[in-house]
Amino acid sequence: MASIVSEMPIAAADRREARIAWLLAAPAIVLLFLFILLPTFAVVLLGFTDFELGYGGFRFVGLENYAELIGDRTFRRSLWNTAVYTAIVTPISIVLALAIALLIEAETRAKAFFRTVYFLPVASLLVAMATVWQFLFHPSIGPINTFLAGLGIPGPNWLGASGTVLYGLSIIGIWQSVGFNMVLFLAGLTAIPRELYAAAEVDGAKSRLDRFRLVTWPMLAPTTLFVTTISIINSVKVFETVKTLTEGGPNKASEVLLFTIYQEGFVYLRVGYASAMTVVFLAILVVLMFLQYRVLDRKVHYA
Amino acid sequence: MTANLSFGRILRFTLLSLGALIFLAPYIFMISTAGKAQSEIFSSSLSLIPEQWSYVENFTKALSRVSMPTLLMNGVIVCAMIFVVQIVVAIPCAYAMAKLKFRAARLMMVLVMLGLLVPIHATALPLYVAFDRLAVLNSYTALVAPFSISVFAIFLFLQFFRAIPDDLIHAARLDGMSETGIVARVVVPNAWPAITAFAIFSVVAHWNDLFWPLVVVTNQHYATPPLGLLYFRAAEAGDDYGALMAATLIITFPLVAAFLVAQKRFVEGITMTGLKG
Repeated sequence: MASIVSEMPIAAADRREARIAWLLAAPAIVLLFLFILLPTFAVVLLGFTDFELGYGGFRFVGLENYAELIGDRTFRRSLWNTAVYTAIVTPISIVLALAIALLIEAETRAKAFFRTVYFLPVASLLVAMATVWQFLFHPSIGPINTFLAGLGIPGPNWLGASGTVLYGLSIIGIWQSVGFNMVLFLAGLTAIPRELYAAAEVDGAKSRLDRFRLVTWPMLAPTTLFVTTISIINSVKVFETVKTLTEGGPNKASEVLLFTIYQEGFVYLRVGYASAMTVVFLAILVVLMFLQYRVLDRKVHYA
Repeated sequence: MTANLSFGRILRFTLLSLGALIFLAPYIFMISTAGKAQSEIFSSSLSLIPEQWSYVENFTKALSRVSMPTLLMNGVIVCAMIFVVQIVVAIPCAYAMAKLKFRAARLMMVLVMLGLLVPIHATALPLYVAFDRLAVLNSYTALVAPFSISVFAIFLFLQFFRAIPDDLIHAARLDGMSETGIVARVVVPNAWPAITAFAIFSVVAHWNDLFWPLVVVTNQHYATPPLGLLYFRAAEAGDDYGALMAATLIITFPLVAAFLVAQKRFVEGITMTGLKG
């Protein structure tokens, strides 16, 4: 067998290798087309139709769905709420995660213990833990408000009032994502060469703050950029807590993008209209990724 | 200097402990409330140890309303099926792209990068319509099929396979090994760290996923843990928090236990997949 392979003319051997490569990649290519490319194409197409599940035909309506979206108060509310949620969760969870990572990195003894504790929410079933948070947030019997009452502060009806529901959901979102970000920061911190700190000290960076500003922060920049992008994307995708705890309520105060799409498409079965919403959702993700590449590119040029 | 240092250390330790307490609070209250009787929960005391131990009562309730073994079993079956198919599909493809003379490798790379952008939420509507037409809603097929292809797995393995020395593969070829043999006996054993990392990433993602099961499953029989808990909440009219906490405890436990046992691998896995993703 070995001798046959080595005696084959090079062109034939190449063709054989190419054929094997196609065979090995074939299942992946077929499935990629079937479950990613085709549906993505279909969702864009469906966005131009008035297709509703349960009704036979559909017709192309051009940009009608998009025109309707612009005037749709629920959709606009949903975009706004998603933006507010993202604007709260992303910065806080990043700053907290970085702070915790720095503290843990400097810690000598209980390092592993703290890492485990802060990471625990990432490994916990979010729907289940959301249920626990609902109890914690309960207006009358919840521990949070009982605690606040002990301090003489009247606690709000966290998830039940339109003024506070997004904050409540954001707290859960932060609690759930800090551990993930922290682990990425810890990996970024260990990758910084120790010599840089020594060099900075020689150059006169005496205080810890100086060393952070001169070494840690710039060296951590790629990690920070990455964590920021992934945090924003995950926040834009918030769904589980909303579906489990509030169903978009009260009064659409916690209506978020994926929940609205879910509601329109899979509950009211207005597939065409929900597809147009999905296209907007997809466009947001594409823009975010594009921005990340742009920033990354610039970093490379300056370096 | 030493006094300063120790003050810093105490401050650091206190901050970390305080934060840890806040992060653990939901678990503490979950365990505590799961053992309290309804009347005690409504007395809204902050005491953590139940006056009367009602663990048995609450757990019996939790177990009788929704079939927990079915839920957990479904979770295991679906996650296992997804992971196995993903691996079997992605590894040969990544190998072809990394190590063989494969003309389409460039194009595949572009498709993979595009695929990374598209989450299940974006493809859910057409897939739902198609599955409805094919009458495969409410089945393991519906739960597993869309995740059979993981472009992320291809992406991750590709980077790993590129680092495997070509000589190793040439040597295997000269020994008369077929390309599939090389994948199974040379490439896979060398890629264990990537495979474990991906396993953890995949299982955590699909064990926790609510969106897709919610879309394709309406029959309790095929409910995964998150969906089952949603049913349990719906069936649990009113605020029977004792039983609810017992149910959340049962459902959260398996993955948390797995994490605590293999936490080093978990953290490594999430770091590796996180940074590459």
